[in-house]
Amino acid sequence: MAGGKEVRTKIASIKSTQKITSAMEMVAASKMRKAQDRMALGRPYAQRIRAVIGHVAHASAEYQHIYLQEREVKRVGFILVSTDRGLCGGLNINMFKAAIREMQAWSEKGADVEICAVGNKAAGFFNAIGGKVVAALRDVGDHPTTNQLIGSVKVMMDRFAEGDIDRLFLVSNEFINTMSQKPRVEQLLPLPKDDDDMLKHEWDYLYEPDAVELLDGLLARYIESQVYQAVVENKACEQAARMIAMKSATDNAGELIDALQLVYNKARQAAITQELSEIVGGAAAV
Amino acid sequence: MAMTVHCDVVSAEQSLFSGLVEMVIVSGIEGELGISYGHAQLLTALKPGPVRIIKKGGEEEVLFVSGGYAEVQPNMVTILADVAEREIDEEAAQKAREEAAHALHKAPSEIDYARISAQLAEAEARLRTLQAIRKAAGK
Repeated sequence: MAGGKEVRTKIASIKSTQKITSAMEMVAASKMRKAQDRMALGRPYAQRIRAVIGHVAHASAEYQHIYLQEREVKRVGFILVSTDRGLCGGLNINMFKAAIREMQAWSEKGADVEICAVGNKAAGFFNAIGGKVVAALRDVGDHPTTNQLIGSVKVMMDRFAEGDIDRLFLVSNEFINTMSQKPRVEQLLPLPKDDDDMLKHEWDYLYEPDAVELLDGLLARYIESQVYQAVVENKACEQAARMIAMKSATDNAGELIDALQLVYNKARQAAITQELSEIVGGAAAV
Repeated sequence: MAMTVHCDVVSAEQSLFSGLVEMVIVSGIEGELGISYGHAQLLTALKPGPVRIIKKGGEEEVLFVSGGYAEVQPNMVTILADVAEREIDEEAAQKAREEAAHALHKAPSEIDYARISAQLAEAEARLRTLQAIRKAAGK
């Protein structure tokens, strides 16, 4: 039978781990609430601008912006939005799996893949497996700002404008509810058309001021807002996933402690019984 | 009854208005625009200034936008504002205008000049919006 002392130290060590995980759970819960608020605030803008861009993609304009042109796909870019830190369950790995599936599909069609990683985890993972990471943004922090993101996003937009990549995807996690997050892959460039029958006929906008200046500004704003929204949403996912992971870690630690406590009690009882029988045996011998 | 069109006003931080309107009046980069049902498709950049929304039934609401874009489809209007406000702090706007007007005189470079005059325009637009809000309320 295991010595009582060893079991006792083990119980003490698990208890202190349990304290840490339950503290992390509470921290994640309070951060999640704030992250969720930020996500909800940004959503209307992201949705509206997406709808507007869907319309713009339909307009049969005399000026065809480069972001609207469909080209033969030789190289594909991915913007991957991941977390900075681990201990958030399968959140990152599920997203990486979805991204890799998509990347494989493209490389089977003979297209090269380039990656822009947002967050430490994506940068680390894809560098390790030998992906071509052309831009990386590390240490995004708890309060991402558009200014922070512009640099790395601009790298990808420029590469698209110069013809280095022919398609750009955004991979991030979608916040469904606290319990479930789902990886999502969406096409950023060329601009996806929405399928509204009202817009199928030939028409064009009136532009004020001119089309070139206006579309440059609007489309840049669109990409920024989509990436920003994805990052903010991913933050909410991260905190939710961490909260759940830490909750189950705390629960598991509790179960483990109960089981060890049982072992300890049995060992203690066995020791007492043994001692008693030794005394009785000794007394009988005298 | 007047024909109505669906209008959405959103800023990067929040959604300010969504509903049916008889007319929306915005300050486009090339002048004021009044948009009602059946307007031709239009994309325009916006100047800092008031957005007047005449809701279904004639009630009027005035918001301030600091710039952005507006998209018009015959049956809907979407205003994507950089910053939009419902409440305006008059004192702060007055102060900002005075400071900008003051700084404009001794602007050291051309870039600063452009930046400060943009600030001045924004502060003035805020004050104009405030007047419009008062007028709408007094009516």
